[in-house]
Amino acid sequence: MECNDLGLVTKARTGDTDAFRVLVERHSRPLFRLAFRMTGNQQDAEDVVQDSFLRAYKQLARFDERASFGTWLYRIAVNCSLDLVRSRKRRNELAAPADSGVDDPTLALPSHEPGPDRIAMSGEVRDRVAEAMTELSPSERTAFVLRHFEGMCIDDVSRVLGCQPGAAKHSVFRAVQKLRRALEPLVSTAR
Amino acid sequence: MNHLSEEQLILHYYGEPGEPGETGEPGETGEPGETGEPGDDAAAGDTLACERHLAECGSCRALYASFQRVLNVVDGLPVPERSADYGAEVWQRIERRIEHSVGARRRSLWMRAAWWRWASAAAAFAALMATAFVAGRFYPRQNRPAQLAAADAQTGERVLLVAVGDYLERSQMVLIELTNASPEGSLDISAEQERAGDLVTETRLYRQTAARTGDARIAGVLDELERVLVDIAHAPSNMTSRQLEELRQRLQAEGILFKIRVLGSNVRNQEVADGQTPRQTL
Repeated sequence: MECNDLGLVTKARTGDTDAFRVLVERHSRPLFRLAFRMTGNQQDAEDVVQDSFLRAYKQLARFDERASFGTWLYRIAVNCSLDLVRSRKRRNELAAPADSGVDDPTLALPSHEPGPDRIAMSGEVRDRVAEAMTELSPSERTAFVLRHFEGMCIDDVSRVLGCQPGAAKHSVFRAVQKLRRALEPLVSTAR
Repeated sequence: MNHLSEEQLILHYYGEPGEPGETGEPGETGEPGETGEPGDDAAAGDTLACERHLAECGSCRALYASFQRVLNVVDGLPVPERSADYGAEVWQRIERRIEHSVGARRRSLWMRAAWWRWASAAAAFAALMATAFVAGRFYPRQNRPAQLAAADAQTGERVLLVAVGDYLERSQMVLIELTNASPEGSLDISAEQERAGDLVTETRLYRQTAARTGDARIAGVLDELERVLVDIAHAPSNMTSRQLEELRQRLQAEGILFKIRVLGSNVRNQEVADGQTPRQTL
């Protein structure tokens, strides 16, 4: 019989690894999507998924049963992702401090390109979008990913971020404004 | 006409409710999104009012369309698909580490229970021996044959030395476990705290006995140890790596581990000596 998350967490806390396995199987795919959007890299996303479940298992005793397991897991995954992104950024800064690629003229699209759907398929645009995402601060990126891609309401976003709903809302605002500033020239050119 | 602010347009895009006046800025130029003040007809979060305003206002409509275009492009950012078996694959990768974690937790619980039983028995035994030892010292000796009294005291001392030796080893183990821990984040020290709490009672008992028998050196070391154990027992059950480092530095500065080792070594030597030749004092 299918058991809900809370029932599985209760069993897992008593050392029932099968119960935790079901939770892993149930949440791995959405967690991978979140991790990929947070890190922008497949291998990093895989690492985040594994680390998140391992951290969650170790911290099961601290899980508040009044909360949603999915939201709690997302919070762990977001923290894992941010840790990884920060460490990667530090590594990249050491490796190639000057090359941002923003002004690369080859990234400008020809004006006869079709609409956004087609543009989104372009590797160059994908790179620009990914780059614009990396320009967001950790809280902006997290809030935007959760609101825009995961479809979470602002209240849930604030729970994952551990902040007030007003702060989460403003993180979404700033993220969208920054993305518009970075990408609007690109989409305008393509229209 | 008052225009919608960028924040109001973003809220409208996501269908999120807003609060009137929350995000609007007083307008000067009438440019939408930068200086617009939310008007009565376009309260934030009021979808119908926003729709109405967008239908009437070309500049707000253009700004809103700009947001839509950009966010549509962002939507196109591909995410690699994972198969339906992905969860099982993840489980296979982490299963061994989870099992290891379960094993470690069970061992920890078993150890904690074992330590608790062992510590309780040792504390009770030590208390009994200390009482017997102190009582022996104050018992009117003139009524007993001198040789028998000396033999009794000597047996009590040897038993006490064995108990003290064990106690010192246990104290040392608690401190060593904490100082050798190197957690990435925080470390749950509740098991060590429980043991430290048990040891505090024993330390007090031995310190008082040492003070009564006039061994100021041992009493001094036990006094220092007692303070450290009390601090550990009352510390937060999750220690950060920084707090552990502070503890390490404190133990190093006070040389407590070294003193315990020396004291333990002396006690063991005395045990051996007592086994070979009779001694009159602790």
